[in-house]
Amino acid sequence: MRDFYGETLQTPMMLGTARFPSPTMMEAAFRSSGASVATVSLRRERGAGQAFWEMVRGLGVHLLPNTAGCHSAREAITTAQMAREYFGTDWIKLEVIGHADTLQPDPFGLLEAAEALCADGFKVFPYTTEDQVLAARLIDAGCRVLMPWGAPIGSGMGLNNIHGLRTLRAAFPDVAMVVDAGLGLPSHAAQAMELGFDAILLNTAVAEAEDPPTMARAFALAAEAGALARTSGPMIARDMAVPSTPVIGKAWL
Amino acid sequence: MQQVTWGIWFMKIEVNGEQQAVTATHLHEALAELGWGEARVATALNGSFVPAATRGATQLSPGDRLEVLTAMQGG
Repeated sequence: MRDFYGETLQTPMMLGTARFPSPTMMEAAFRSSGASVATVSLRRERGAGQAFWEMVRGLGVHLLPNTAGCHSAREAITTAQMAREYFGTDWIKLEVIGHADTLQPDPFGLLEAAEALCADGFKVFPYTTEDQVLAARLIDAGCRVLMPWGAPIGSGMGLNNIHGLRTLRAAFPDVAMVVDAGLGLPSHAAQAMELGFDAILLNTAVAEAEDPPTMARAFALAAEAGALARTSGPMIARDMAVPSTPVIGKAWL
Repeated sequence: MQQVTWGIWFMKIEVNGEQQAVTATHLHEALAELGWGEARVATALNGSFVPAATRGATQLSPGDRLEVLTAMQGG
């Protein structure tokens, strides 16, 4: 069982806190899914921050602050330092965005920020692609968790590059990995867990569902199903049919 | 720059992207003056993090860019 910087998660589901129709819906989604990690951010204080802080603290889950919206290593590093003090955790979901339309990570800025933050004692959860070379560099920098995307953030497309994700999973068997971003349906979550990922992180697919708490529960069940499948030795797919009912003993009619 | 209004010294700084005039000379006093004396916030001055413990010793200069951040929803 791979851990997350020494922490074992109760469930393999991490849930974002944004875009919910109401705070009550958000809390209900955490309760119904049993999500073990909540992602949060830091924004300019306009009056609502204190109440939100009290609410997320009350969820009783691990908090994973992000550096969402940062487009340079410098911005991301400063945001991470502020988040560490505010949220009282050295966990940081490191996002350094390289393109405004795809929200694709900037691999160069990401690595630069990861090196600086790991050296400064942060436990970095880098939002990355399935690129194996970048992954190796992030691990060299000190990252013990990787968060490859399934598809662009908020797209709901699922796992865009199964081959790349499978290769990444196989290349670093000791590193905890979370499929972050792009999940749209519970079947995507099951697929990620079947591939051997350790957790999923999602937000929009739950928050923008008609019934967020029920959708959150559906994702949690799918993630659990995928994890059970992974550990129970799936059969190997074949090209030809193989009868499941024995042929021997069939009547001659 | 530093200016006098009704006999009080004000300093113009940028707070969360908006111009503000403060009488404070140090960051912790400025936060109190801006209404964040008791609030849980994280601060950055001119793009660099200022830990809560060093706000008292952090001097402000005219034109400084202050960011005052708090918890918000995130994915």
